[in-house]
Amino acid sequence: MTATRHDAPATVEVHGVHKWYGAHRVLNGVDLTVRPGEVTVVLGPSGSGKSTLLRVVNHLEKPETGHVSLDGEPIGVRRQGTRFRELSERAILAQRSRIGFVFQNFNLFPHLTVLDNVAAAPVATGRLPKPEALQLARDLLGRVGLADRAAAYPRQLSGGQQQRVAIARALALRPGVILFDEPTSALDPELVGEVLSVIKDLATSGTTLVIVTHEIGFAREIADRVVFMDGGRIVEQGPPAEVLDRPRHARTRDFLSKVL
Amino acid sequence: MSEPPGAAVSLAEPAPATDTPQAPPAARRVLPLRRPGRWIATVLVLVLAAQFVNGLLTNPFYQWDRFGYWFLRPTILDGLLVTLEVTLYSAVLGLLGGIVLALARLSGSPVLRAVSWTYVWAFRSVPLIVVLLFLYNFSALYKTLSIGVPFGPAFFSFDESRLATDLVIAVVGFSLHESAYAAEVVRGGILSVDQGQHEAAAALGLPRRYQFRRIVFPQALRSIVPNYVNQLIGLIKGTSLVFYVSLLDLFGSAQSMASTYPGDIVPLLMVATVWYLILTSVVSVVQFSVERHYARGATRTLPPTPLRRLRAALSGATARVRGEAAV
Repeated sequence: MTATRHDAPATVEVHGVHKWYGAHRVLNGVDLTVRPGEVTVVLGPSGSGKSTLLRVVNHLEKPETGHVSLDGEPIGVRRQGTRFRELSERAILAQRSRIGFVFQNFNLFPHLTVLDNVAAAPVATGRLPKPEALQLARDLLGRVGLADRAAAYPRQLSGGQQQRVAIARALALRPGVILFDEPTSALDPELVGEVLSVIKDLATSGTTLVIVTHEIGFAREIADRVVFMDGGRIVEQGPPAEVLDRPRHARTRDFLSKVL
Repeated sequence: MSEPPGAAVSLAEPAPATDTPQAPPAARRVLPLRRPGRWIATVLVLVLAAQFVNGLLTNPFYQWDRFGYWFLRPTILDGLLVTLEVTLYSAVLGLLGGIVLALARLSGSPVLRAVSWTYVWAFRSVPLIVVLLFLYNFSALYKTLSIGVPFGPAFFSFDESRLATDLVIAVVGFSLHESAYAAEVVRGGILSVDQGQHEAAAALGLPRRYQFRRIVFPQALRSIVPNYVNQLIGLIKGTSLVFYVSLLDLFGSAQSMASTYPGDIVPLLMVATVWYLILTSVVSVVQFSVERHYARGATRTLPPTPLRRLRAALSGATARVRGEAAV
């Protein structure tokens, strides 16, 4: 299975990120370090800035101040003296191929087969020749348990199956880190388990993962660290046993009492 | 409805034979609502249609023998060729121009957006016939065309009157006009693609060009094709305007033959009508298969071809007749 081996797990650092939407401040000075191979689960009430933080990490959203770095290299910007200058779109796209992203609504390409969805990125970015990319895609589909649906189109699959394809698609670039933006929130309750078990499999294989979710039980089970956000700030963070069972902040306690 | 229950299930996986539910006895089935109004309307429409066909065939005014004489005459076929040429070139150039204009309109550059908007505004405002007559008199306005720095030296120039045959004038005029409309059709198509698709393509780091050609545009085509075919059918008929820049297209040759043989004006108009009908039908058939091609993945199953739909309707009707006989 050398074809599905990942690049070395990456370190993600978020430095003093602020983000406004008009007058509304979504991120209010966020600092976070995710060590290689670590599984970080981000919790918080809706509107607390969890998803925005994730989207800042792969530069789908530009922060107004602060920056994110991947293994020490700034994402979307480069140092120019003491300041940062925006990178060209081409350079940003190249950086993004080192960061996997799994969306809440899957966002598979509906006009491509499942196999082509997974093989598209390695071919388009020139990483692999087509036959090898297709072989890699078949291996990855096998890994998420969908080897037999390679020829189907995304809309012919259930939500859980689509999300598993989306995970395989993110893995195809062998990213150093994978970001999950509420990966089970759009699923029927009975389909949540199959997606979580694929993510759990990734977590044990040593990939760096950052997961925004509302599944507290899942967080307790797989997270090395739980980060609780509220009002665009990180309120507290630590091992799940601490944050989930002995929260120090009133807001964390308040949130957990509502969702548990 | 007329399908046996369980047919939908058997699509996904064949149900075990023992579980197949039996069709309920005919006596217990719900009787369909009677619709006498529908029957009366059907009879009325059929009578009117029969009268119309009867009139077409028996009214000596149409002179079907003269229609037969003119239908495949070389002058008419030459005109048809001109119509096809102008349509084909203008449709392709217009679509390419439309794509460029739509991309300019959606670009981040305010200058490109303004230029694209102004172009569309101008060419949608001016009647096509005015554009054509302008171009026809263009060589009087600008004796030579040159490429170079504005107000500065020209790199090369050529005599305009040598370049501009009547066909070229027509194609240029129609392409300029078409691209303004095509720009809006293409822009609408691109906007109809879900924002999540752009985000997913960006998040995977797909190169910009690949994002447009392989991800966004194929999905946009689903809404572009029907709208652009609409445009194309308008174009086929619109080419009859080239008569005014002394180009003899299908309509033009029919018209000029009619002025030579005034007695044949009605059959000649019928000849043009039937050819236009044929052209539109061909385009519609092509449209169906192109749409089917780009529907891949958009729905769970592809829409049936007309032949299959006809067969299904026939078998449905016979089943219904048999069912009613059983009642």
